[in-house]
Amino acid sequence: MFLFFLSSGMFLGWSLGANDASNVFGTAVGSRMLKFRTAAILCCIFVILGAVISGAGASHTLGKLGAVNAVAGAFVVAFSAAMSVYLMTLARYPVSTSQAIVGAIIGWNLFTGSPTDSTALSKIVITWIACPILSGIIAVISYKIISFFILKRKIHMFKLDEMTRYGLVLMGAFGAFALGANNIANVVGVFLPVSPFTDIELFGGFCVSPAQQLFFLGSLAIAVGVVTYSRRVMDTVGSGIFKLSPVMALVAVWAHSVVLFLFASQRLEQLLLDLGLPTLPLVPVSSSQAIVGAVVGMGLLKGRHNIRWRTVGGIAGSWITTPIFACLISFIFLFILQNVFQQTVYLP
Amino acid sequence: MAFVSIFKNRTGIEKEIDSFLNLASESGLIFMQGIDAFLNNNIDSFSEHLSHIVETEKEADTLRLSIEDLLYRKTLIPESRGDVLELIERMDALLGRFKGVLFRVEIERPDIKPQFHDGLKNLSNCVIQAVESATLSLRSYFKDISQATDHIHKIAFWETEADKGSTSLQKAIFNNNELGLDLKMQLRDLVRSIDKIADHAEDLGDTLAIYVIKRSL
Repeated sequence: MFLFFLSSGMFLGWSLGANDASNVFGTAVGSRMLKFRTAAILCCIFVILGAVISGAGASHTLGKLGAVNAVAGAFVVAFSAAMSVYLMTLARYPVSTSQAIVGAIIGWNLFTGSPTDSTALSKIVITWIACPILSGIIAVISYKIISFFILKRKIHMFKLDEMTRYGLVLMGAFGAFALGANNIANVVGVFLPVSPFTDIELFGGFCVSPAQQLFFLGSLAIAVGVVTYSRRVMDTVGSGIFKLSPVMALVAVWAHSVVLFLFASQRLEQLLLDLGLPTLPLVPVSSSQAIVGAVVGMGLLKGRHNIRWRTVGGIAGSWITTPIFACLISFIFLFILQNVFQQTVYLP
Repeated sequence: MAFVSIFKNRTGIEKEIDSFLNLASESGLIFMQGIDAFLNNNIDSFSEHLSHIVETEKEADTLRLSIEDLLYRKTLIPESRGDVLELIERMDALLGRFKGVLFRVEIERPDIKPQFHDGLKNLSNCVIQAVESATLSLRSYFKDISQATDHIHKIAFWETEADKGSTSLQKAIFNNNELGLDLKMQLRDLVRSIDKIADHAEDLGDTLAIYVIKRSL
């Protein structure tokens, strides 16, 4: 029965793969520097690695927001988020899976009368604002440094083309890893408290935790989404907002990946703590916001008339409607599941 | 493996573009030598230069086709591929024009009076300087884009000089009462066809200036 309920998480994973892979490789594929097939294979491998190796960090914050304590409730929460992301993907908008899942959890909280942890919520909402701004700033600074380096070293056009391709592959792999690490919490995070999985020992002593098993299943769903449906949104990210040069595409993926990594890495958090520096919250931030922030940042650097503000407006609008939409769907479906199908959607 | 092969193609195409631009530069020098030889009435030498420029143009054509093939088959520089092809084709057309003028001289064998020799040499020099600047600007476009604008500026300078030279030469031709109208018109057409090379070099420079802005980081 758990596996049936987990199917909505798989649906959400698929939606995330279909939508967010475009954030990692959209600029590379859109600028025709990488073939879609190469991008999809790399993305699948590194999303799975990121989710399984480093996925735990961001899932804790999501758990604090609302501990969905019944498997049918988790099913509806994941399903509502997935539905919202899927509909936005159909409209070709790079929406945020993080926002969808947060909206859906709040829907569950509202339906069940559970309190929403305002500290966790404000932490998440602040990162939604900080994420695109931070990504834009990182993109602009990185772009300035790289342009200076290219002009100073007088790199031949074909050499630069070659270096950019290698860079896109490396950054794309890093981005996919960071996406898996940061966003896997959105996909299966709500199932963690209700998971019946137990530890599995592999190859004599190597232990796979229940969370890692869930993360692996979720990342497989992401991989299927990448392969089957991500190409459409890649076109919007690659050339819809602002016509990116290959070097800009590289910088956009870099800035996106850094931001996702900053908000997902427990090791980095520990390092900052050890150094006595302030830490960044480990929150599932939006990969879409990060990439759009980076692209808009570089567009502004080149002169704001270059940006298609109508597209940006559409994307930003979808960032507001997605959590509200997910919240509403979640509330309605919880009502239906509880009253029509007689399922327990929460434990008092 | 795929990346190793892309790397090989890349070094290959870099060499081919360099060789192509060398040929463009060379063809200007051959053209100048050909005109000199003709004006000195050294027809054998002129014929040699004509054959040389035909060979050079043929070689450049082969390189151009190979560059086009590599760019499209291996999807190199997808962003600037169309621009690069246009520039290479325009440069190839300049080579063709050098060859065309020498063929015109070979076919028509115009009687060019000594008083026009300096003017014609000066015009030819301005034209090859314009083409040389175009070659340098194209090299910079590939290797050091910040320098490209400087060379583009020089193309415009030499084109203006060529226009001045062409105008004064045509005036001198038509003010000469010893020449018949037929010869005057024949010489005028020759002068115009040489001047046209500088005009086309300037067109290439204008296009390149746009592509430089497009590609500027």
